[in-house]
Amino acid sequence: MAGPVSVAAEYLAGSRARAARTVLGQVVLPGEELLLPEQEDAEGPGGAGERPLSLNAGARSRVRVVCGPGLRRCGDRLLVTKCGRLRHKEPGSGSGGGVYWVDSQQKRYVPVKGDHVIGIVTAKSGDIFKVDVGGSEPASLSYLSFEGATKRNRPNVQVGDLIYGQFVVANKDMEPEMVCIDSCGRANGMGVIGQDGLLFKVTLGLIRKLLAPDCEIIQEVGKLYPLEIVFGMNGRIWVKAKTIQQTLILANILEACEHMTSDQRKQIFSRLAES
Amino acid sequence: MVTQGVRSARCRAEVIIAASRGVGAMEEEMHTDAKIRAEIGTGCSPRGPGCSLRHFACEQNLLSRPDGSASFLQGDTSVLAGVYGPAEVKVSKEIFNKATLEVILRPKIGLPGVAEKSRERLIRNTCEAVVLGTLHPRTSITVVLQVVSDAGSLLACCLNAACMALVDAGVPMRALFCGVTCALDSDGTLVLDPTSKQEKEARAVLTFALDSVERKLLMSSTKGLYSDSELQQCLAAAQAASQHVFRFYRESLQRRYSKS
Repeated sequence: MAGPVSVAAEYLAGSRARAARTVLGQVVLPGEELLLPEQEDAEGPGGAGERPLSLNAGARSRVRVVCGPGLRRCGDRLLVTKCGRLRHKEPGSGSGGGVYWVDSQQKRYVPVKGDHVIGIVTAKSGDIFKVDVGGSEPASLSYLSFEGATKRNRPNVQVGDLIYGQFVVANKDMEPEMVCIDSCGRANGMGVIGQDGLLFKVTLGLIRKLLAPDCEIIQEVGKLYPLEIVFGMNGRIWVKAKTIQQTLILANILEACEHMTSDQRKQIFSRLAES
Repeated sequence: MVTQGVRSARCRAEVIIAASRGVGAMEEEMHTDAKIRAEIGTGCSPRGPGCSLRHFACEQNLLSRPDGSASFLQGDTSVLAGVYGPAEVKVSKEIFNKATLEVILRPKIGLPGVAEKSRERLIRNTCEAVVLGTLHPRTSITVVLQVVSDAGSLLACCLNAACMALVDAGVPMRALFCGVTCALDSDGTLVLDPTSKQEKEARAVLTFALDSVERKLLMSSTKGLYSDSELQQCLAAAQAASQHVFRFYRESLQRRYSKS
C-alpha cells in the first residue's frame, strides 16, 4: 500500500534532529532532539593549514556545552524535556560552548542549590526547623545557621514565621537544607522577615523576569510608593508598604504584570500616580 | 482595585483539521477576552467514510489551583485535566527511585466505578512510559481528569487532555503522546474519532496511544471482533491521524508562548 510508505517517510522527516543554533528563540516541544555545534578544527602551529592527526577519523569533536533546565544529554545530542523557548548564553571567558536552556512557564518549584527562597516555618523539632518552600519536601534549617547564633544565643524563630534563605543542599535524592548566612557567616539580607506585609505567590517565570538586571517594572513600582519587597525564587513575593491599601495595590500589580503588555502597565502606573 | 480590567490571558487555540485527503486547509482562530468568535464555514464537519478527525480545541492554564491544567475538546467530547506535581507523597506510596504517578478519572455523572478504574490504569501506564520520573524520586505526580461531556472517543480525549496538562505543569517528559480511536463497522469500514452512535454500532472499537518521536505505540485498548490485518490497518490510520494531533499541539503551544 502506498499509504503507509509515504506516511513512513513523513515520520522520519518529522523526527529529524535540528541544530541547536537554528532553533534559538523558538518554541521547542518535549521529545525533540537538538544537535550540538561542532568544534572547528584548530590550525596547527605551522600555520599552513595543518590539521591535527586524529586517531578516530570519523568522529569530530563537539564543543562542551552546559545543559540547563529543560534539556537532557542523550548520546551526543540534547533531548528537550520541557516545553518553552530555547535560549543560549555565550561563555564569558575561556572555552566551551556556553549554556543552553529552555525558558518554560511553571508554577511548581523544585529546589536548586544556591537559590534564594522565602519559606514558612511549619515545625520546630529539636535543633532544626522545618520550612515549607513549596517543593515536594519541607526543607530543614538548623538554628545555628543564623548570623550570630550560638548554642546559648538561639535565634527568635516561631512557627509561622517567614524566612528568607538559600539552599546549601538541594538535589533529587536528599532532603533540601537551607541556611540564612552566606559562606562568610554574614546574614546578607537573609533571616527572618519582619512583621506585617503580604506574602503572595506568582509563577516562576514572572520572578525570573522581575529579577532580570534591566527590569523596568521594579523601578516603576519603586517610584510609586516607598516599599520593602523580597523575591523568592520559589515563586513567593513578600511586599510591605506604608498602609494596607498600598500593599494590596502593589500585590495586585505584581500579580497582573505577567499578563499585561508594557503599555497597559504604564497606563495603570500613570493612573495610580495621579490618584 | 487596579486589576479589574485585566484578565489572565488564556491561550485558546482552535484548529480545524481538514480531512486527510490532503487538503491541509488549517485555519486558526483566537479567542479574545470579549469572546469574539469567527465562524469558519468549510471544514471537516461532513464526515464521509474516509479518515477524518473531528474539530479540536484546547485551552491551557485555565485553573488556578493545580500546577498545570488543560481542557481538550474533540467534537462534542470534552475533558478537563489538572496536574499536581512533583508534590509530597505519603510514605506508604513513595517509590525510592522515581515519581509515583496517580491518575484520577471522574465521570460526568455518578461515582467512579470499575470502568473508570480501568481507564485510569491505562492512562497511568501511558504517562509512566513518557514522564521522566527518575528526575523526581519520592514525589507524587497526580493527574485529575474530569469528563465534561462524552460523545465518543472518550479515552483518546482523556489522553490528549492529560498530555497537555502535563506539558502545562512543566513535568519533564521524554516525548508527547496522543490518543486516537478507530471504529470498525460490520462491513469493515474504518472510522477515526467515532461518535458515541458510531461506537455503539461498530463491530470493534480500538484506542491507541502513540508517542510523538517515532509514532510508536504506547498503549492499545480494544473491544470487539477484528482480524489481524484490520488491526494493522487501524494502527496505520491512527499513526497518520496522530500527525494532525501533534501538529495541533505544536501550534497550540507556540501560540501560548508567543504571548510572553
